[in-house]
Amino acid sequence: MENNQVQFRDSFKNRHFERNDSWLKIILIYLLLLVMCVVTVYPMLNILSVALRPADNLFQMNLQIVPDNYTLENFRRAIFEIDLLLWIRNSLIISILTAVIAVSFSATAGYAFSRYRFAGRKSGMMMFLVTQMFPGPMLLLPMYILLVKLGLVNQFLGLLVPYTATAVPFSVWMLKGYFDTIPKSLEESAYIDGASPLMTFYRIILPLAKPALAITFLFAFMSAWSEYIVAKVILTKPEVLTLPVGLVSMQGQFNTQWGVYSAAALITSIPVIILFISLSRYLVGGLTLGGVKG
Amino acid sequence: MNGNNPATIAPSPKKKRKNMNLAVGPWTPYWYILPAFIVMALMVFYPLAYGIYLSMTDMSLATFKNPNFIGLGNYAKLLHETAFLRTFGRTIVWTMVNVFFHVTIGLFLAVLLNRKLPGKGILRVLLIIPWAVPQYIVALTWRGMLNNQFGAINIFLQKIGFAAVPWLTNPSWTFIGAILTNIWLGFPFMMMISLGGLQSIDKEFYEAAEIDGASGIQQFRNITLPLLKPVLAPAIVLGTVWTFNMLNVILIIAGGFGNEKTQILVTEVYRLAFNFYRYGYAAAYSVVIFLILLVFGMTFMKRSQGLEEVR
Repeated sequence: MENNQVQFRDSFKNRHFERNDSWLKIILIYLLLLVMCVVTVYPMLNILSVALRPADNLFQMNLQIVPDNYTLENFRRAIFEIDLLLWIRNSLIISILTAVIAVSFSATAGYAFSRYRFAGRKSGMMMFLVTQMFPGPMLLLPMYILLVKLGLVNQFLGLLVPYTATAVPFSVWMLKGYFDTIPKSLEESAYIDGASPLMTFYRIILPLAKPALAITFLFAFMSAWSEYIVAKVILTKPEVLTLPVGLVSMQGQFNTQWGVYSAAALITSIPVIILFISLSRYLVGGLTLGGVKG
Repeated sequence: MNGNNPATIAPSPKKKRKNMNLAVGPWTPYWYILPAFIVMALMVFYPLAYGIYLSMTDMSLATFKNPNFIGLGNYAKLLHETAFLRTFGRTIVWTMVNVFFHVTIGLFLAVLLNRKLPGKGILRVLLIIPWAVPQYIVALTWRGMLNNQFGAINIFLQKIGFAAVPWLTNPSWTFIGAILTNIWLGFPFMMMISLGGLQSIDKEFYEAAEIDGASGIQQFRNITLPLLKPVLAPAIVLGTVWTFNMLNVILIIAGGFGNEKTQILVTEVYRLAFNFYRYGYAAAYSVVIFLILLVFGMTFMKRSQGLEEVR
C-alpha cells in the first residue's frame, strides 16, 4: 500500500518533470524562474500603476500596483488630448509598409543565397552581415543630406527607405537559414512538372516558409515601430510624427504628463506584447532554424 | 523550360541537377538579390562612402556649403584627445558587462526552460516581455523607476533598509542605471537563441553521458556549450555590435547628452554631430567605431568558426 503510493508519486513526478530531479531542485528552479518573471513584468506593472494614479497623486511614495482612488482619467487624456491616435496611425502605415517591402526583398535575396551557387555569394552574405556593424549616426548624417536632396524630409517615404535598409540584412540571413532547411527535391520535382523558377519559388517555397516569413515580418515591423533616432532627425512637422518621437517628446513635460505618458505607453506596447507572445512559439523555431543551419 | 519531356530527364539524379541549372540563367540569382541590394546601396553604402569622405573634411555648421578637405587631420586630433580614450574605455566596459549578463542570464534561463516543467510556456512568455516592449518605452519607463525620489527602485531600496541611490544626478550612477536597463532589455534575445539551440541538441548525448557518470556541470561544459557554439557565436557578435552601438538607452536614461561621463562612443558621435555640428569630426569618430567593430567581428567569427557554414 505504502509502496504503491511511493510508486504513484514517483511516476507522477517522472511524467511531469525530468527523471532525476529531486523535489528540492524542482522548487528551486521554479523559484528562480518566478523571481526573473517578477523582474521582467514589474516595469510594465509600474507603468500601469502610474497610469492609474489621479493627477494630484502622481508622485506617491509606495509600491502599490493599483493605487487608492485609481482612475482611468490618464487613459482618456492620452486618447483624446494628445495626438496619440495620429502617431499610432503614422507608425502603423510606416511599419506595415516597411515590413511588407523588407520581407519581399529579403525573401528573394535569401532564396538566391540559399539555392544558387554564384560568384560573389559568400561576399554578398558577408556584406549583409557587415552592414550591422555600421554605427547608426555614421549613416545618419549622410542619409539625412541625401534625403534633403531628394526632398524626402517630413515624408513617410524618407523613413521607409532607411527602415527597409535596416531590416533587410537580418531578414536575409534568417530567411536564407530557413530556406536551407527545405529539401531541394521539392523544387526539382516542380521543375520536372514544368514550373518556372519563379513559379516554384512563389507556389512551393514561400508557402513552406510561412513561419519564417511571419517572424521576419514581425522583426521588420518592430524595428520600424520602435525606431526613434532616424525619425527624430527626419520628422519635424507635428502631423507626420511617429509614435516614438511623439511619446519621447512628452518626456520634456514629464512633471505634468507622467501619468498620461504612462497610459499612452501602455496603450501602444500592449498590442505589440500580445503579438509577440502569440508568435513566441514560432520565435524559438524560426530563430533556431536560421541559427543552426547558418 | 526543359521540363516538357520528363521521361528523358528524370532517370538519373545527375541529369536532374543539370536540368535545374538550365532552368535558370547565369544571372538569375543576381536578379533575386537586386532589390535588396539596391536598398542597401542607397541607404548604407552611399552614406558609408560619403561618411568616409566627410571624415576627411572640416565640415561644420560654418563650413556646411564648402567644407575643406583636410585629409587625416580629424583622425590625428581624435587620437590625441584623452576624452576619446576615456569614452572608448567606458564603451568597452558598457559592452562587456552588458553582453556578459545577456549571455549568462539568457543561457541560464534557457537551460532551466529546456527541462520538462509544467507551466513553462507561461514562464517563457513572461520572460520575453522586455524584448517585446519598444526600446524607447523601456528606457523612459526605467528612467521613471530610477527617479531619485519617486522611482520604484529607490523606494524599494529604502523599504529594505538601504539608502536611496542618486541614479539620475550622479553620472556614475546614471551609467550604472543605464547598464541595468540594458541588461533587462537584452537577455530575452539571448534566452530565445539559446533555447532554440538547446532544443536542437539530441537528448541521446545526455543519456550517454549519464551512463558514463558525467555530472550536470560536466554535461553542460562538454555537450551543451560546444553544441551551442554555432548558434551562440553569431548571436554574441550581433549582440556585441548592437550593444556597442546602443543609442536609445543611454540617450534617454541620461536625459540627453548633458554629461560627458555617461557617454559611449556612439552617443558621442551623435552629440558631436547634432549638438555641436562638428560633422567632419563626428564622421571620423564613427569611422573609427566602424573599424573597431569590423576587426572585432572578423576575429571573433574566425576564432569561433561561427561562419563555418557560410563557406
